[in-house]
Amino acid sequence: MTALVTSTERLQRLLALVPYVMSRKVVGLAETAEAFGISERELVDDLNLLWCVELRAPDPYCPIDLSYEGGEIVVSQAESMSRPLRLAVDEASALLVALRMLADVPGLEDRSAMSRLIAKLEAAAGEAASVSAKVAVQVDIADDDAEGYAGQIRAALSARRRVHLRYYVPGRDEATERDVDPMRLLVVEGRPYLEGWCLRAEGVRLFRLDRVLSLDVLDVPSAPPAEAEPVDVDQGLFRPSPDDVLVELELSAAGRWVAEYYPCESVTDLDDGRLRVVLRTPDTGWVRRLAMRLGEDGRVVSPPSLVGEVREAATAALANYVVLSLATCGSTGGNCDSTRARVHSGREERLRR
Amino acid sequence: MSKRKTERLLGLVVCLLSTGRYLTAEQIRAAVPGYPEQDDLFKRMFERDKEDLRELGVPLETGVNHPFDDDPGYRIRQQAYQLPELRLEADEAAVLGLAARVWRRAELAGAAAGALLKLRAAGIDADPKTPTNPKGLDGGDEHSPLPQGIEPRLGRPDPAFGPLWEAVRDRRPVTFSYRAAGRSDPQRRELEPWGVVNRHGRWYVAGWDRGRDAVRVFRLGRIAGPVKFSGPAGRVTVPEGTDVRELVRDRDSGPAQEHTALLRVRAGAGVGLRRHAVSVRADESAPGWDLVTTRFADLGWFADYSASFGPDAVVLDPPDLREAVIRHLKGVLA
Repeated sequence: MTALVTSTERLQRLLALVPYVMSRKVVGLAETAEAFGISERELVDDLNLLWCVELRAPDPYCPIDLSYEGGEIVVSQAESMSRPLRLAVDEASALLVALRMLADVPGLEDRSAMSRLIAKLEAAAGEAASVSAKVAVQVDIADDDAEGYAGQIRAALSARRRVHLRYYVPGRDEATERDVDPMRLLVVEGRPYLEGWCLRAEGVRLFRLDRVLSLDVLDVPSAPPAEAEPVDVDQGLFRPSPDDVLVELELSAAGRWVAEYYPCESVTDLDDGRLRVVLRTPDTGWVRRLAMRLGEDGRVVSPPSLVGEVREAATAALANYVVLSLATCGSTGGNCDSTRARVHSGREERLRR
Repeated sequence: MSKRKTERLLGLVVCLLSTGRYLTAEQIRAAVPGYPEQDDLFKRMFERDKEDLRELGVPLETGVNHPFDDDPGYRIRQQAYQLPELRLEADEAAVLGLAARVWRRAELAGAAAGALLKLRAAGIDADPKTPTNPKGLDGGDEHSPLPQGIEPRLGRPDPAFGPLWEAVRDRRPVTFSYRAAGRSDPQRRELEPWGVVNRHGRWYVAGWDRGRDAVRVFRLGRIAGPVKFSGPAGRVTVPEGTDVRELVRDRDSGPAQEHTALLRVRAGAGVGLRRHAVSVRADESAPGWDLVTTRFADLGWFADYSASFGPDAVVLDPPDLREAVIRHLKGVLA
């Protein structure tokens, strides 16, 4: 761990170590090492270094006196180093931006701790705090529904209750029904999610709140099984599986957004701003929908079976336009197409105004 | 890491903090062990050290004790150096640990960890599960349950964030090449950056586009290649009353949904279309189908979206939307 620490990084740690101990009067070696994310040996090296600081003029003296006998650290003298250094601009910004984002998280009963902390940090950081207004992270709350669901989830979490969800799966265009034992309310990349043990899938699943169609807190205790491991959100939400199908797509410049929205195995630039991307998916139905949506801006290259499925779906969809138009005409009789067109263009006018 | 350098820098800080007077470079050399004998070597090393301290945020002041003094002196005023007194309630301290974790593995992870370290050094007991090592990497329990069961995170780092954040912080103009949506080749842009905003998990920078002479918002993920500074610090002035969040929101949120579409949707399918529908009723003229009325903002977007439902949805009205979907479906087959 030390190998990568620069002299100035270590200096930062030393400057914090003295006030850390002084503000606590006496503190254990093990506890301090843990708080600083270093080993006890590294901590002892730091303490020795501090103890050895010597100034020579006008008369030689040692400004810092400390001991760590019996595993307890005591700093008996450190003069001007008794307080930590002020927060730097980056440091103040990192905390303030995060706190303002937290205050936006839906479903919190009490935001007052955040507001109070923001005010205190702004006061303590002084000028360094002002730059933080130039960075912002917004939590996207799709609508009042999502805010309400977040509140229900918070309540279910604290009362340890199971919830019943109607949940929309866009990849399959399905409304699914499931019972879920809530584990956490996550906010990842600006979107709120319910993390929970899904009894239907028998696994830990994440549910985007903006795709919840309805949510009921059940009068059943929530009991995620022991094997329900929380998702490591730091590794990203997309988990490739060895069973996934690899799909190759060719995108026009207008279809490049696909590479920005979905995690790709590989992205290759072609001429004219076109891209070739390889995606991994457990569900090719989702890619079929994507290809239908892209039209001429995206073409499935492989697997061949999926190329065929997309063509079939498009052919069937086009056939509907012929058949169903005739059905409409049949039911209303005669020369309806032109009448409809006139009526509709008039309506269109009104809507555009 | 050089232990000798750390010792020297520490001595320098302690020395300048304990002096009320300005000390000249010579006086500092005499007091702080570790500086070389040769004058030119000392001078160079001392310059580096001053720079390192300033980069850490140590408020190093330059001045003279008497108007007649020739050589400038240095000191660190305790009041400017020290973190002001700060007392947190237990609930505030709990939130502090949560805030520091928001950046884990994201751009300002190191800065957040550094801030937490200083606050702990001020006697505050933040959530002990959050490690404070300067790289912001893990040491502690990855899945520590939070006081409130809430775990917010930012996404993966964007390479353009670092330089743009520095530019915003130091008010420096930048240049970069940018591939606008749907454009085939990237274009050179020169920007006076006003702020960076994360929305829907994506980073944006807003500012004054010098080439376009207008306010512009750019998505960081569409910046191709490095972001370079194109002027010194302090050259950018953010207009009074600028709200970067609003600029990004305006660019991102589409126009109002002012058009109405009528679709025939297969019974039991087209959930996505029904979700936001104004009305859904059975189609008496076509058994097995429903008539769905819904609102939309952009015809092109909605035509693409309707087409994604394939044979489960047919646009009946308005005619231009219907034509657009038919054209689009023919494009799939082309």
